[in-house]
Amino acid sequence: MALLRVTSPHAHGPMSTPRVMQNVLLATVPGIVVLTHFFGFGTLVNLLWACLVALVCEAAALKLRRRPIGFYLKDCSALVTATLLAIALPPYSPWWLIAVGIACAILLAKHLYGGLGYNPFNPAMAGYVILLISFPLQMTAWTPPRGLGQTPGLVEALQACFWPSSYDGVTMATPLDLMKQNSSLLVADLWAQTPQFGRWAGLGWEWVNLAFLAGGAWLLYLRVFSWHAPLAMLASLGLFAAVFYDGGSSASGGSPLFHLLSGATMFGAFFIVTDPVTSAVSVRGRLVYGAMIGALVYIIRVRGNYPDAVAFAVLIMNFAAPLIDNYTQPRTYGRRRDGSEQ
Amino acid sequence: MTDVSYRELSLNGLWKNNPAIVQLLGLCPLLAVTGSVVNATGLAAATTLVLVCSNTAVSLVRNIVSDAIRLPAFVMIIAAAVSCIELLMQAFAYELYEILGIFLPLITTNCVILGRADGFASRNGVVPAAYDGFVMGAGFGLVLVFLGAIRELLGTGALFANMDLLFGPDAAQWKITVIDDYPNFLLAILPPGAFIFTGLIIAGKNLVDARIKRRRDALKAAPVKGAKRVRVTGHIS
Repeated sequence: MALLRVTSPHAHGPMSTPRVMQNVLLATVPGIVVLTHFFGFGTLVNLLWACLVALVCEAAALKLRRRPIGFYLKDCSALVTATLLAIALPPYSPWWLIAVGIACAILLAKHLYGGLGYNPFNPAMAGYVILLISFPLQMTAWTPPRGLGQTPGLVEALQACFWPSSYDGVTMATPLDLMKQNSSLLVADLWAQTPQFGRWAGLGWEWVNLAFLAGGAWLLYLRVFSWHAPLAMLASLGLFAAVFYDGGSSASGGSPLFHLLSGATMFGAFFIVTDPVTSAVSVRGRLVYGAMIGALVYIIRVRGNYPDAVAFAVLIMNFAAPLIDNYTQPRTYGRRRDGSEQ
Repeated sequence: MTDVSYRELSLNGLWKNNPAIVQLLGLCPLLAVTGSVVNATGLAAATTLVLVCSNTAVSLVRNIVSDAIRLPAFVMIIAAAVSCIELLMQAFAYELYEILGIFLPLITTNCVILGRADGFASRNGVVPAAYDGFVMGAGFGLVLVFLGAIRELLGTGALFANMDLLFGPDAAQWKITVIDDYPNFLLAILPPGAFIFTGLIIAGKNLVDARIKRRRDALKAAPVKGAKRVRVTGHIS
């Protein structure tokens, strides 16, 4: 009898890389729809232009590196990076802003390090941070959500993107900005006096976050990622916000619900923190990784210079992920924790 | 080392053994002050002057100073040269002196200078040592100015701004605005941009080297037309 020598692992994951990427793309749909509902077509224009630039950059990088272009383009990883960055950028961004961000993300953060699977930093967040420190003015220009002002139409969105000098948009401080700048009002008074706040968090933002939560929950159900990192992040962010809530005084950083449903919290928790390449690998490592990101998000949001912090927190912890993995290696079956045989 | 080839020295300083992008020495000023062409030029000139002075002085005293105390002695010489340059800059380019700030006195600790003093000047005659200081400084300075130009162009959309700090009031008009209404790309001016662009310059140099090598290999392998048997020793070139 001929025995085929097949080495372990014998169980195969049913999901290939393109499949995972496509699922992630699908899971962003509810969030994009809600973003478009509240902020107009700007997000969609961002998205299309970002995808186009990303495919061109990816193809160029692959050509330079003499890799098969079609094979790697079909894995959709460039599209995922583009989508995540496009969602994070303010709607009605000019074309060059998006192009610079995508080029930095794909060329610098991904291909300089060896392409998909070798990048130590999340490309989308690296691109976002480069843009944020380079163009702070353009990167904080969020239009008012539906209900607080006119939402620009499709033509105006295209004009804002491709002919920015002729476009004159209205921008408004985001709820996180307001909460950060507040120094004299009780949280309840701030809520009552500024129209940007809604039921639990910012008007519009709470629904955006809930939509990304829904998309993330679907990915969790499909087992694209495990629950450890995102839930640890949300739990530690909520815990920090609860501890420093200070009864809603003027020095309060905002309620836990406000932080969980503001800015990029849910988007970050389910689409950025779960990046399999740049996060910690072991189960305990993922818990530590997520919890540290949650803590950093709160600290930078409340004490730092920038209103939102998910990108910074993720990049810092990307740095730390190999160290975390080093200290959280699981026990090998049949051995003691220190590695000696039983 | 008695016979020194000046061609070899120049090639080493400017390209093959360039202090900034091959030896990766003196990175601290390289990263810190190359935000604009004028800053880079100022520091490049100061570093080159110091290198020439210190190499010359070290070469002069190389037979007097004993091996055991050579490093402190060299550092004293370098520090003296740096102090002179600093005073000169205070006198003739005070505003630039203010901008360069701590990085002028820090030239003392620039490894390029101590490296050349110990590695070359202390073993060679005065003229080769001075020449080596000059080409090494030039190699370092060219990279500095090139990096400054890239960063200034990408960061502010203009080139040669504020050159009057170094070259007198006439140079104020040297500024070339390449792109009007340019949104400043701050990353290029900030230190991370310096790291990224230094890396890209090094990559570019390696690319050029690889091209040259490939071309040379191709030339070597190509059969010489018409020549069937040539009795020579060594390579046909």
